[in-house]
Amino acid sequence: MAFDKMELKDVEVWDGNYAAAQALRQAQVDVVAAYPITPSTPIVEGYAKFTADGYVEGEFVMVESEHAAMSACIGAAAAGGRVATATSSQGFALMVETLYQASGMRLPIVLNVVNRALAAPLNVNGDHSDMYLGRDSGWIQLDAFCPQEAYDLNFIGFKVCEDHEVRLPCMVHQDGFMTSHTAQGVKTLSDDAAYGFVGEYKPMNDMLDFEHPVTHGVQTEEDWHFEHKARQHNDLMTKVMPKIQAAFDDFEKLSGRKYNIVEKYDMDDADVCVVCMGTSVETAREVAGEMRAKGIKAGVVGLRVIRPFPFFEIAETLKDIKAIAVLDRSSPNGAAGMLFNEIAGALFNTGTKALLSGYVYGLGGRDLTKKHLVDLFNELQANANAGKVTTKLQQFIGVRGPKLAYL
Amino acid sequence: MAKKGWDEFEIGAMLRTFDGKIDDIAGTRQEDRAYSQNSSYTASVSDWRLIKPVFNKDYCIDCQFCWIYCPDVSIISRDKKLIGVDMDHCKGCGICVEVCPTNPKSLLMFPEQAEEETVIANWPKKDEEEA
Repeated sequence: MAFDKMELKDVEVWDGNYAAAQALRQAQVDVVAAYPITPSTPIVEGYAKFTADGYVEGEFVMVESEHAAMSACIGAAAAGGRVATATSSQGFALMVETLYQASGMRLPIVLNVVNRALAAPLNVNGDHSDMYLGRDSGWIQLDAFCPQEAYDLNFIGFKVCEDHEVRLPCMVHQDGFMTSHTAQGVKTLSDDAAYGFVGEYKPMNDMLDFEHPVTHGVQTEEDWHFEHKARQHNDLMTKVMPKIQAAFDDFEKLSGRKYNIVEKYDMDDADVCVVCMGTSVETAREVAGEMRAKGIKAGVVGLRVIRPFPFFEIAETLKDIKAIAVLDRSSPNGAAGMLFNEIAGALFNTGTKALLSGYVYGLGGRDLTKKHLVDLFNELQANANAGKVTTKLQQFIGVRGPKLAYL
Repeated sequence: MAKKGWDEFEIGAMLRTFDGKIDDIAGTRQEDRAYSQNSSYTASVSDWRLIKPVFNKDYCIDCQFCWIYCPDVSIISRDKKLIGVDMDHCKGCGICVEVCPTNPKSLLMFPEQAEEETVIANWPKKDEEEA
């Protein structure tokens, strides 16, 4: 079956969803099994249309739930195809059981997660609750802050996760609506350049190799299970980061766009900094620039790779900072925020004098405004001046009513 | 057939049915196939079974119902003739007995410790319909 190529302008005006759909087309994904959910639907809808219009040599499989969607993706990946899908929120939650199957079976599936809040109360807008729900599932997690990055990180995702030394599935995250539905200029790759970057899919242990029959998804009990899980964790911890770095380097050579495992903005001489993810990174970056004009040496750290967590890179980046704010866009529901805990863990035992405070913000699509961040940087500077955290360790930003602060 | 150690398996929850390449597997009988240690064919799960089917060939009409219905492919049929039950894989579910259409049945369930010769010698007689 032949397919047509698409002529793209050097810069197209795309939202994050369409950018991701175009990336799935250019990677010539063999199978997308999907169930629609806001705000991720246009990604799989886009792939379906490209397939129907003859721009992809692939198969779109309509299923009855997200659990079935990921299950079909797992089957297709085990059969030996390049596989991707997309979901959000409740759909992601329904997928969770199968996410662990995909990673344990070492199947390189790319899942676009358009981050959205988790009910109840029902909410279609962006926060990081679903992203946090996937953090122990054994997937690689890459985070895009804008449509351009949602496009680029899909290619990087395929390249890394399909590597035979990796063979672990990969989520590409983007913020619901803020990225997924905000059209921006996206610098494109030609179809040939994009496909050349991800390369032809190389099957491994595929079920369609009839001369080497294989059973996928076997059972192990107490005498085998731990070793399988330990090896999976080992590979995620030791093999993935070098492959991501190599893919970033190759991608920079191809496109001129440079990605980093930890994205640092004005961090070289920063006294205070904000650590956050998603679209908030861009807002924080703008405000940090303005704070510098007011004499506060502000920096921003954006987490490009959430899993595997860049433990030592984070420690190295933050160890000389005087006051750090960690922003969690997901309700921790009874603990400190995930990102706060990860960063506290990375800094512990390092001898750093950095003061760490955590903030919960933006739940259910609540805006994080520049004013919020100005106040935040001022608070950090006050901490730095006082030589101690002057506030509670866990505060809420942008929620109505009396100021909430815990811990 | 070498036994694999805990650290010798390939990544992923996957096992190979055969060591190396195979061809014409459809034309090769099960007992002639070079199954690997990892194939369930080479593993006995007979201890899962509490009651067992006993086959009495005197009444069998080779209809193949049991062969079709057995969920574990444990009915051994050759040239469309039932020749026995694979007791390494039979779980004793009794479906073969349930679907057997002969009168008396050609397969019946007995306790695991029952002796085959004894139960065949005492096989039930034809069940006459009451007039």
